[in-house]
Amino acid sequence: MRTIAAAEITKTVARLCQRANYALPCDVREALTGAFQKEGSPRAREILTQISDNARVAQEKSIALCQDTGIAEVYVNMGQDVHLQGETLQDAVNQGVALGYTEGYLRTSIVADPLDRVNTNDNTPAQLTVAIVPGDRLDITVLPKGGGTENASALRMFPPSAGWPGILEFVLETVREKGINACPPLIVGVGIGGSFSSVGKLAKMALLREVGSAPAAGAYAAREKELLEAVNALGIGPMGLGGSTTALAVHIEHAPCHIACLPVAVAMHCHSMRRATGTI
Amino acid sequence: MARSLTIADFIEQIPALRAGEDLLLSGTLFTARDAAHKRLAQLISDKQPLPIELANAVIYYCGPAPARPGDAVGPCGPTTSARMDPYTPLLLSLGVRATIGKGKRSTPVTDACRAHQAVYCVTTGGVAALLSQKVRRSEIIAFADLGPEAIWRFDVVDFPVTVALDSNGNDIFRPSTKR
Repeated sequence: MRTIAAAEITKTVARLCQRANYALPCDVREALTGAFQKEGSPRAREILTQISDNARVAQEKSIALCQDTGIAEVYVNMGQDVHLQGETLQDAVNQGVALGYTEGYLRTSIVADPLDRVNTNDNTPAQLTVAIVPGDRLDITVLPKGGGTENASALRMFPPSAGWPGILEFVLETVREKGINACPPLIVGVGIGGSFSSVGKLAKMALLREVGSAPAAGAYAAREKELLEAVNALGIGPMGLGGSTTALAVHIEHAPCHIACLPVAVAMHCHSMRRATGTI
Repeated sequence: MARSLTIADFIEQIPALRAGEDLLLSGTLFTARDAAHKRLAQLISDKQPLPIELANAVIYYCGPAPARPGDAVGPCGPTTSARMDPYTPLLLSLGVRATIGKGKRSTPVTDACRAHQAVYCVTTGGVAALLSQKVRRSEIIAFADLGPEAIWRFDVVDFPVTVALDSNGNDIFRPSTKR
């Protein structure tokens, strides 16, 4: 059994909120460079250059890559041999988000009630996902998720007969209809299976993978490639102004599901694919 | 090659601007996003005085992040314009001449741009740090209680935009419809 003070979690979450918002991960920067080399449209190339320049300025000045510093999605893998001392995990994480956002000059974008819409002024509450895993460590990932990309996401319950062709068409339809507003070039997270409540989370988990990394199940690598090619053939391009770079990656996560169901979710992400991970 | 224009010249040249033109704007922009639009519409409906002069105004759909001490403004990229579509024809009818944001607009907005000789421009989403370098001065003008959704005045220099919807109904996102 290892004891970890809740204050340690608060400190780590605050640091990760800032790092995620100031610095674009290496894998995303490499994917942008690769896309620039393949892109033929001058306007698209200009936008890809702006995106790379922006990442440089944000990191140099320690300022946010995007003014929408997102809803703070926090993923915690908690070792089952960890004993937490002090506040609850949820409270420690929320305090970390509040500290990270208010001290880091990050925009607070959360309203307390979806209809009254009064800003909480510290970007809490966080969206916390916890997995209990073997060991005595805590792995924490912060993914600041922008509102534009959330609004461009979608979930549909298919009958099993729809199969892969139905999924493919749904992803393309979602990108075609909503992709522009999610700031392409996109990272498209696709969740397949699970249940109505878990498939959205699966799609989000797909966004946590490094851009260009292979899926755990080999059979899905070819499906991701097929989807990426089909999405890029749409010609939407960076910011919807045309080009071959509509998405940098399509990632799929899948899970067992009911014999009657084929849940599918599309979690859209913008080119500012911000995430930061730390370990306690 | 992008053309540099002061806001005054930009407004004067609106009838001649065409979708697809790249411009670098210098002058004053007013920010407004969802909550500020809702308040403006309510004030208009209640026949109350407005906190900004709408005649010849250029509205930038943006809710900036806080500025670090010493910086003129915080990161300040565009937000999705379509969410403001329900309010835009009203504001254009009251003299707003241009809006700046990202993404497509609705048919009523296209029609209102034609009817009121207005344009809609886009700027790149997600490059807020870069765009903040184009703002020389910023201050909150109204609705400070809305936090990031307050109305700000931005004094910009060479702020990059592309005309997306011109006053003739040409739309960069629907190149086949007119042009």
